[in-house]
Amino acid sequence: MTDATVTLSAEETAAEAPTPAAEVTLGLAHFKEANEQVRAALARADAVTIREANAQRYLGCALPAGKSLDIFGTPGNDLGCYLDGGRIEVFGNGQDQVGNTMNNGAITIHGRVGDAAGYAMRGGTILVRDDCGWRAGIHMKEYEAKRPAIVIGGDAGAFLGEYMAGGIIVLAGTPGDYLGTGMHGGVIYLRHPLSTDRIMDGLIQEPVGEEDVPTLTALLDAYDEAFAGESPPLGGDLSSWHRLRPASARPYGGLYAH
Amino acid sequence: MDATTNCVLPRYRVVRDEAACTGCAQCVRSCANGVHRLRKDSDRIVINSRACVNCQRCVVFCPELALTIQPWPQVGTGSSTWTAEAMADIAKQAQTGGVLLSSMGTPAPYPIYWDHLLLNASQVTNPSIDPLREPMETRVFLGSRPEILKVNERAGQVVEPLPPQLKLDVPIMFSAMSFGSISLNAQKALALAAAELGTFFNVGEGGMHRDLEPFADHAFAQVASGRFGVDAHYLNTAAAIEIKIGQGAKPGIGGHLPGEKINSEVSRTRMIPEGSDAISPAPHHDIYSIEDLRQLIFSIKEATGYRKPVAVKIAAVHNAAAIASGMARTGADIIVVDGFRGGTGAAPKRIRDAVGIPVELALAAIDQRLRDEGIRSTVSLVASGSIRNSADVVRAIALGADACSIGSAALIAMGCHQCRDCSSGRCNWGIATQRAALTERLHPEAAAERVVNLVRAWTAEIQEMMGGMGINAVDSLRGNRLMLRGVGLNEKELDILGVKYAGE
Repeated sequence: MTDATVTLSAEETAAEAPTPAAEVTLGLAHFKEANEQVRAALARADAVTIREANAQRYLGCALPAGKSLDIFGTPGNDLGCYLDGGRIEVFGNGQDQVGNTMNNGAITIHGRVGDAAGYAMRGGTILVRDDCGWRAGIHMKEYEAKRPAIVIGGDAGAFLGEYMAGGIIVLAGTPGDYLGTGMHGGVIYLRHPLSTDRIMDGLIQEPVGEEDVPTLTALLDAYDEAFAGESPPLGGDLSSWHRLRPASARPYGGLYAH
Repeated sequence: MDATTNCVLPRYRVVRDEAACTGCAQCVRSCANGVHRLRKDSDRIVINSRACVNCQRCVVFCPELALTIQPWPQVGTGSSTWTAEAMADIAKQAQTGGVLLSSMGTPAPYPIYWDHLLLNASQVTNPSIDPLREPMETRVFLGSRPEILKVNERAGQVVEPLPPQLKLDVPIMFSAMSFGSISLNAQKALALAAAELGTFFNVGEGGMHRDLEPFADHAFAQVASGRFGVDAHYLNTAAAIEIKIGQGAKPGIGGHLPGEKINSEVSRTRMIPEGSDAISPAPHHDIYSIEDLRQLIFSIKEATGYRKPVAVKIAAVHNAAAIASGMARTGADIIVVDGFRGGTGAAPKRIRDAVGIPVELALAAIDQRLRDEGIRSTVSLVASGSIRNSADVVRAIALGADACSIGSAALIAMGCHQCRDCSSGRCNWGIATQRAALTERLHPEAAAERVVNLVRAWTAEIQEMMGGMGINAVDSLRGNRLMLRGVGLNEKELDILGVKYAGE
C-alpha cells in the first residue's frame, strides 16, 4: 500500500524529546500519505530529510518556525504553502506555486521553479538558483515588520511581480513580458534594466540608490551563500542593477465613475 | 459647457416640511453626504438635493417626520430607450471617462423566479402539522456525506469517521462580507447573531479581525484570489473555509478596495500595507482548471488537518451545473451558488446588471445535474443572492438547497436602506463605511438583536409553511419540487426549474 517509510536514527528512537534529524522516503506515496509521514517525522524531530520526492504536493505545508525540511527529488506543487516560519531546502527543482501564501520562513531551491512561486507571500524569503516560470511573486505583500523577498538567479517567465503590493523581487536573469503589471507596492531589482518600451504603465525604472544597497546586498549575499560552488556569484558590483517601483499605491484610483 | 461640466440631474429631491421642522438639526448631524446644512448666518437649514443618495437616515431619525425624499421631478423625454438613467450614465462617462461603479444587487427588472413559484399545502389526503405544538426540525448539517455509512448497531456508533460537518440550527447563514467592505461593528453584529442562532457568518475575503475570534466557531473563513489575511492560524481558527471563486453581483471579475478604506485596522486584518489599494485578481492564479481547484481545496485540508469542511462559492453563470459537477468531484464539501441579484459593496454597474443568471435557475439546474450523476449527497448545496423572505428560503430548499445565505436581508435588518452607495464609504447607517464617526452609529448588540429577530421570525414562518405541507423537517423539504408549482412560466422555465404548472 505505502511506499513511504520513516527511518529514525537510534538516538531519536531512544529519546522522548525532539531530536535533530529524521528521514522520510516518499517514493510513489500519495500526497496525503506522504504528508502524514512527514508530519509524523516532524513531530519527533526538528529537522527532517525527505528522500525520493516524486511530485507529492503540499510538502512543508504551514511548517512552523524551528522546523526544517531538506528535500531530495522533486517536490510537487504548493511546496511550503502557508509556510509559517519553517525552513525548506530542495536539492532539485520545484514545481508550481512554491511558497504559496507563505507567511514567514525560508525556501531555497537548488534548481528552477514553475509558475506562481511566492503567490501572495507576505513574509520570508525564497531563493531560486535558476529560472522561474510565469507569474512569480504575484500579489506579494508586505505588512508591518514583514517584508518578503524572492531572489531568482536565472530568467523569469512573463508577469513576474504582477499585482505586487509589497516585498522585494530580485531578478539576475532576464524577465518575460508584462513585468510588474498592476504593481502597486514593493520593489523589483533587475540586473539587466528593461528597454523603455518594455516598462509597463505606472512603473518607474531607475538605477539603484544608496538606500537600496543594504537590502540588495543582503539578498545577493544570501543567494551566493546558498548556492556557493553551484552558480556564479551575484554579489559585488551593483552598477548595472536597476529598481522598478510603482508610481502609485493606487493604480486604479482613477478608473471609476461614481 | 466644457468636458467637466456635470450634466447629470439629481436623482432625488429632499423636501422639508417647514411647518413641522423645529430646526433641531438632527438631519444635519445624520447626513455624511452634506445634504442638510445649517447656514452660517442664521439657524435655517438648507438642502443640497444633489448630494442625496436616498439612504433615508434623516427621514427615519427626524423627530417631527418633517422630511421626505422624492424622485427628482424633472419630466423625462418620453423615450423608453433614452431614459433619464440611460442618459445620466452616458453623461457621467462623458464627463469622467470612468467605469461606472455601483453597489448592492442589481435593481434592473429581471424576472424574479421566486415570485413564480407557489407552495403546496395539505388538504384532506394528508394532515398538515401545527408547529406551535408539534416538533418541527429546522436543523441541517452541511458537509460531504460518505457513500456508505457503516454503523455498529450494537454500540449505536458510526464505525468510520464522517467527513467534517457543520450543524446549523436554522437553514439560514450570513453571506460573506469582508472587513473593509463593511464595518467591524456590522461584522460583530453578524457574529453575535450567528452564535445566538446556532448558525454561521462569513468573514469574507478580508481576514478575521481579532475581535471576531471569540466567534470563530460560527465563522467561515474565506480564501479569495488576493489571499488577504490568509495564514495557518486564520484557516485553523474558523469553523469552515470558503474558497471564493465568484460572486453573483460581479461574476468573472475581482475587486479593488480603494486605498482610502485601508485604515490601520483593515490593514492589520488583511495583512497588507495601509493606504494602498487592496486588489483581488479576477482569477485565483493557482486555479486555471477544475483540477487546480482540487489542489487548493486539498492545500486547505492539509493545512487544517482535514478537520474543517471546505466550501467553494461560485457565481451563478451559464454553465453552473457542469461547473458544480466538477466542483463536487474535486473534494469540495459545500457548493455555494450566488445569484446575479446578490449584493456587493462595489461592482462595475454593467457587470452587476448584465452578467450572470438568476440563482433559482442555477440552483435547480445544479441540484438536478448532481442527482442525475449520482453525486448529490457527496456535497451540500447553499443558495444565496436575493433571498428576501422566509418563503424564498422554503422555495430554495424545495429546489434543492441544503441551506441559504442572506446578505442584503441581514444588512437591511441592521438599518440598510439599499441606497446602493456603499462604495462611497459614507454609509450613514454605519454599515458600509470605515469612518469612526459613522461606524459608531451601529451598535453591534442592538444590530445583532434585530438580525436575530429577523431570522427567528423567518424560522417560525418556515415552520408554518412546512407544517402546512405536512412536512416536519427541512431534510424532507430539500429537493422536494412536488411542493412547488409554477405560475406565469413557459415550458422551458418549468423544465429547468423541474416544477409542474399550477393546476397540474
